Amino acid sequence: MDEKSVSGYSGSVDPDEEFSLQPAKKKGLFGRFDFPSVNDVLGWTVIPVLMIIVVMLVYSQMLLPIEPGSMEANMMGSWEVGFGSVLDAAVEHLRLILISTGLAIAVAVPAGILITRQGFRDFSGLILGVANIGQSVPSIAILAVAMGFLGIGAKTAIFALWLYALLPIVRNTATGIEEVDPNIIEAATGMGMTNRQILLQIELPLAFPVMFAGMRTAAVINVGTAALGAFIGAGGFGTFIITGIPLSRERMILVGAILTAVLAVLMDWILGKVEDRLVAPTARA
Amino acid sequence: MIKFENVTKIYPRMSSPAVDDLSFTVPTGEICTIVGPSGCGKTTAMKLVNRLIEPTDGNIYLSDERGETRNVLEMDPIVLRRSIGYVIQQIGLFPHRTILENIGTVPQMLGWGEARIRRRAGELVEMMNMPLEFLDRYPHELSGGQRQRIGVARGVAVDPPVMLMDEPFGAVDPINRNILQNEFLRLQQEIKKTILFVTHDIDEAIKMGDRICILNVGGKLEQFDSPANILAHPANEFVEDFVGADRALKRLNLIRVDEVMDAHPPLLQATQSVEQAVGLMGEQGLRFMYVIDADRTLKGYARLKDLQGQTGWVDEFMEPAATAILLGTNLKDALSEMLVVDYANVCVVDTQNRVRGLVNTEMIHEAVVESSAAADEVGEA
Ligand SMILES: Nc1ncnc2c1ncn2[C@@H]1O[C@H](COP(=O)(O)OP(=O)(O)O)[C@@H](O)[C@H]1O
Ligand SMILES: [Mg+2]
Repeated sequence: MDEKSVSGYSGSVDPDEEFSLQPAKKKGLFGRFDFPSVNDVLGWTVIPVLMIIVVMLVYSQMLLPIEPGSMEANMMGSWEVGFGSVLDAAVEHLRLILISTGLAIAVAVPAGILITRQGFRDFSGLILGVANIGQSVPSIAILAVAMGFLGIGAKTAIFALWLYALLPIVRNTATGIEEVDPNIIEAATGMGMTNRQILLQIELPLAFPVMFAGMRTAAVINVGTAALGAFIGAGGFGTFIITGIPLSRERMILVGAILTAVLAVLMDWILGKVEDRLVAPTARA
Repeated sequence: MIKFENVTKIYPRMSSPAVDDLSFTVPTGEICTIVGPSGCGKTTAMKLVNRLIEPTDGNIYLSDERGETRNVLEMDPIVLRRSIGYVIQQIGLFPHRTILENIGTVPQMLGWGEARIRRRAGELVEMMNMPLEFLDRYPHELSGGQRQRIGVARGVAVDPPVMLMDEPFGAVDPINRNILQNEFLRLQQEIKKTILFVTHDIDEAIKMGDRICILNVGGKLEQFDSPANILAHPANEFVEDFVGADRALKRLNLIRVDEVMDAHPPLLQATQSVEQAVGLMGEQGLRFMYVIDADRTLKGYARLKDLQGQTGWVDEFMEPAATAILLGTNLKDALSEMLVVDYANVCVVDTQNRVRGLVNTEMIHEAVVESSAAADEVGEA
């Protein structure tokens, strides 16, 4: 029997176009406009405002008072140059995270899907177990080993961060897919969906909230880990820390540490907001 | 038609079969209920039809309304499944898709246009007595009974000639189950599908089935026959036990009020004068009568004692509401309804609430006595 003869079963609906109803309005990335409540306003502003205050304090209390000609000024330039180098470090830091997390998603999502497929399912526990052990190796050790064969520089840091981000994404992709109600899969199979259709139209959309949570975790952890990249010359906020330590300049160490923390908080906050938008409330129910 | 021919299924690493040499035929347009104790292989037997499970031995044939017969084992499983309606107890609606998209699952795979899918989904939602607004809702916004109806609508979306239903009403409460069963039977009169209907509830099997296939543990067929014959002549002790001691009462399930009602009962017109009405009641020896309007819509009922000594029109003195039974209701439901409202007489109405007849407890009693007599005759012949 071919497809055509199947669609021949299709009842007696005449092509009366007028009857067609208005299609449902899909919520876009930014949803409908609703007048924001106090809670919305707070939810959207508290974290960014706090972070701006912290950055302003760092700027006014730690960067502005650098005396010209001091050792810090030599290291970081004048305060103007100092501010410039903070921006440069921020860009470097972000680049490390975005590239490593992006590459990790590109590899970990297919891997997570693969271990939930028939034939691999029996081994998924083993694979995740090995990956778990990998995760428990300290990041500084991974950096050191990676430096052994990749040398120093940003690409080594990106490799280590990438490796580190894999596990949460693989694990959450696999868990998310495995948690999909088997009755839903059975109904889909029974209605004649192909494995590919079930994956793309049912499993991935339903697993997405869990998958996204894994990506968010990976990205936020990477913000902190990337600070270590400075040890192997990858730049980023870590530069202030490792320069400040031998010089015993607490102010520099604090600038590096505080800015890393601010970036981690902001990263988590932004991704949280993205998650709220991308994950339809219905998929959570 | 669905035809099982010596079908056996032995699961891997199992010594005994889950379905054992099963042969029976469900004629086109009939509902066959598969019933039996838990684990007797009902679900397995059903899933062999759309090849969610592959048989160890035997063949299953389907024929469509054009009379073409096909061996399911020779078909592409994907094409086969898209041509069979599939409804399961857990419903399995897609939570991230609207009702429209859920119902449109198979139509969309068969390449229907958006407008056609929307039209068909609208038609089905209305057929299931639900408002069109539901199309744009998500499954979690609906009640359990409503979700179950959507599950059925999704199953019949492309009007497949064959349907498989695995305990489709098993997860809803008894009252809603009864409503869903009745709705589905009415729907079936219109759509005339060939249906395999799995249930563990013998009452449901009797009520829904044109034929019943009773399985025993190990997937062995104990009896395949019409509900009336199974009630009258259980093939063996197992069937007798399974059907239960209240076989005579269960027969009420098999008779519909249409068959026993008085189709020309005495009725009052709302616009009749009270004097006339009292006269009519005296003539008929009735203490109350149902009241209809010009197009036979049920308006209420009038009691003789309320009318006596009054002047005016019947509708001024009647009780303006009355419980009625829908045409097509079986006697068991009708009787239980009558016991609930404590009526000895009750109107039978169509879906527009127009009076089509009257039924009372005596008529029901007579019908049961007659049917058991008839069943015994068949047994002796
Ligand atoms: N995938 C399977 N593998 C092995 N045994 C199974 C499988 N599915 C069902 N069974 C067994 O086959 C028998 C029939 O199961 P099933 O068809 O689900 O029964 P029912 O629907 O009548 O409750 C049961 O004993 C059950 O344990
Ligand atoms: Mg079952």
